[in-house]
Amino acid sequence: MIPLSWYLILAAALFGIGLFGVLVRRNAVAILLGVELMLNAVNINLVAFWRYGDVTLMAGQVFAIIVFAVAAAEVSVGLALVISVYRRRNTVVADELDLLKW
Amino acid sequence: MTAEQIIFLIVALFTLGSALMVVTTRNLIHAALWLVATLFGVAVIYALLNAGFMAVVQVVVYIGAIAILFIFAVMLTRKDLRDNTPQTNKNWWAGALIAVLTFAGLVFTLQGWSGFSKTASAVPLGFDAISQLGEQLTSPTAYVLPFEVASVLLLAALVGAVYVAFNKK
Repeated sequence: MIPLSWYLILAAALFGIGLFGVLVRRNAVAILLGVELMLNAVNINLVAFWRYGDVTLMAGQVFAIIVFAVAAAEVSVGLALVISVYRRRNTVVADELDLLKW
Repeated sequence: MTAEQIIFLIVALFTLGSALMVVTTRNLIHAALWLVATLFGVAVIYALLNAGFMAVVQVVVYIGAIAILFIFAVMLTRKDLRDNTPQTNKNWWAGALIAVLTFAGLVFTLQGWSGFSKTASAVPLGFDAISQLGEQLTSPTAYVLPFEVASVLLLAALVGAVYVAFNKK
């Protein structure tokens, strides 16, 4: 049997990699790719806790499905914003979007 | 080491390797394709966790819809950043440090928890997780309200996305 710790460490590593992508990438689309990795890490944790807790309580899987819906909403709005910004400013580099910086 | 553990280790290494490629590769199309590989590895992890429905939804929703949306977005915006400009900002070492510290902090915190290395109990005989999940998602005494709120959120987000990306000219 696989101990719970393996899943938790995998999820923590995936979260760390996603966080790295969000923090260091310059392209806005690449930042959203990092966010997707972080959401997947959270989902692995939720499903693992469902499996290793009481299997008859479905809360873990239900929560993971809600995270799916929120991830789909997040990525559709995020990419729409990126496309809109690209159309107006002709760039998707996050450093160059400094209109609100003072 | 059982066969299950070996499969888990192979899948986990594949998932983490392709996740690293997602955040480090220069070409964004390749990054989106590596994201597909990562998502597929996560789907296999769900299958290992006896969550068959989650594995199927992962392939259909994440790989089939979200990853393809990313590839569309890359193709609509990729004119710049293709060649020689750096892909990471100048504080990349601080980002790497924060990511490593987050990972180390998570593992350190979890290590002190008593349930950290427990193993799964067997699924009860005759228990059908998928039908149970379906019943709970549509039952008024369980999760029908969050389920409907999530669908309203998705609808609102899609309407908002169309509005934001719409070309007014």
